[in-house]
Amino acid sequence: MDCKELQKTAAQIRMTIIKAVSAAGSGHPGGSLSAADILTTLYFRVMDVDPKYPQKPDRDKFILSKGHAAPVLYATLAEKGFFPKEDVLTLRKINGKFQGHPDMNKVIGVEMSTGSLGQGLSAAVGMAMANKIDRNPGRIYALMGDGEIQEGMIWEAAMSASHYKLDNLTGIVDWNGIQIDGRNDEIMTVTPVADKFKAFGWNVINADGHDIKELIDAFEKAKGFKGKPTVIVAKTVKGKGVSFMENTNAWHGKAPDEDQTKRALEELGGAL
Amino acid sequence: MAEKMATRDAYGKILIKLGEKYENLVVMDADLSGSTKSAAFGKEYPERFFNMGIAEQNLYGTAAGLAISGKIVCASTFAMFATGRAFEIIRNSIGYTRANVKICASHAGITTGEDGASHQTFEDIALMRTIPGMTVVNPADGVSAMKLIEQAVAFKGPCYVRLGRAAVPLIYAESVDIKLGKANRLREGKDVAIIATGIMVNEALAAAQELSEEGIEATVIDMHTIKPMDKDAVIEAAKETGAIVTAEEHSIIGGLGGAVAEVLSQNHPVKMKMVGQMDTYGESGKPEELKVKYGMTSANIVKAVKNIKAIKAVKSSI
Repeated sequence: MDCKELQKTAAQIRMTIIKAVSAAGSGHPGGSLSAADILTTLYFRVMDVDPKYPQKPDRDKFILSKGHAAPVLYATLAEKGFFPKEDVLTLRKINGKFQGHPDMNKVIGVEMSTGSLGQGLSAAVGMAMANKIDRNPGRIYALMGDGEIQEGMIWEAAMSASHYKLDNLTGIVDWNGIQIDGRNDEIMTVTPVADKFKAFGWNVINADGHDIKELIDAFEKAKGFKGKPTVIVAKTVKGKGVSFMENTNAWHGKAPDEDQTKRALEELGGAL
Repeated sequence: MAEKMATRDAYGKILIKLGEKYENLVVMDADLSGSTKSAAFGKEYPERFFNMGIAEQNLYGTAAGLAISGKIVCASTFAMFATGRAFEIIRNSIGYTRANVKICASHAGITTGEDGASHQTFEDIALMRTIPGMTVVNPADGVSAMKLIEQAVAFKGPCYVRLGRAAVPLIYAESVDIKLGKANRLREGKDVAIIATGIMVNEALAAAQELSEEGIEATVIDMHTIKPMDKDAVIEAAKETGAIVTAEEHSIIGGLGGAVAEVLSQNHPVKMKMVGQMDTYGESGKPEELKVKYGMTSANIVKAVKNIKAIKAVKSSI
């Protein structure tokens, strides 16, 4: 897929996010929309994953450490063909597969159950260690939230990834600057993000998290970098693509009503 | 004097054998490998041993990732830090995912001794057994520890194995048949049943001997698997004797006593007494001194049995 096609795919994924969160009546649109271009780039350009052979032993694996952005993961897996898009509309419904936070034992394609912040990166480190032991060429990707890196466990995991020289691991920070209670700077300063990871022994690449070409370049560079894990600090906009959801914590964990859903879909359709 | 061995030493010993049997066995620790005895495995299989440093949350988070990738993982540290510090990681990344991680944690309970209250956990069994799908094992001696760890590694799924620091007498012969999930009856008696776990099994045997000399006959059961509990064995003992004393090196809140009470209160209620750590912290001291001070000896079991016998006698005379 070229960049233009990837942008179209990302728009489709954003529309599924809005529809699913709207149908659920709750959920996390802001941090899902900010990560849509990152997941699109990974699943449709960078990663080796096959919905027809989801358990392929040497596949690449994606861990959504910021598990509350479950809608973007479900929407991306649906877009990739793991299951029909309509299924995602059962998001957060009783007896459904699409839990509020991802459950690996319920949804095919989900590699790790996440939701409690800080834990996904450790699981990714463990998977990268396993691949090193097995000389498995599969790469591990872990998406963290910028609020999430306030968790101490992230830094335990970061330390261990560089100690064990896990160059088969790529972390991504969805740096949209906003968490549930407000701006990172107000709640708990996380900057300088790049310097922190550098100090923990990681190779750091800064990128625009909505510029697909830049993201492709960053992921390719990460693949080629040896001896250290790489983190891509991706500058993003919370709620990206829906004007009234952009750059505000108000849409971190809230579903749009009928009128808002219609407006959001119109705006995203316009991006096609 | 019976031969002695700490259950942590049994862990270190059996790991070597298991490493040979299972090529996908990985052992991890959090800078306590010398104490938990996992270091022995590291020497033998350095490519499959990972020291994760003093970071218990990441220890169990990475253990989950390795297990989900097809490894059998034994991840060790002190029981306090495994089940306390990393509880929520064990719950969400290991329990909820049903990851094949064996949490083999040592230095549980009062016999941790001189390190004192910060290192003596009495809450670990309670914490671990509330996690859905978690198997909870507390071996009584070195022989049963090796047999139970071997079986824990052989099944797929999360398991907590509680190990101790102090050398304790060997109760079992090598030839003994110990089955995970199946309580082991060590002595038969009609007057009372003592259900014990971990190092308290040996105390229960000593208590039963002493009681027998006074004409009180006690059944002694080694409840090495606290979850899933052998409910039939508990109910049977209650029906046979009408009085149960539990004994554990753990808080009387939520541990073996709690688990037995949950079974009996819903199936065959009988009078119960619980021997264990009262609702309090420990302190520094020699293990044997601490066991006396905090009420976890054969004498405490004898006292509990006599107490419950008195209650039984009053009840039957009404």
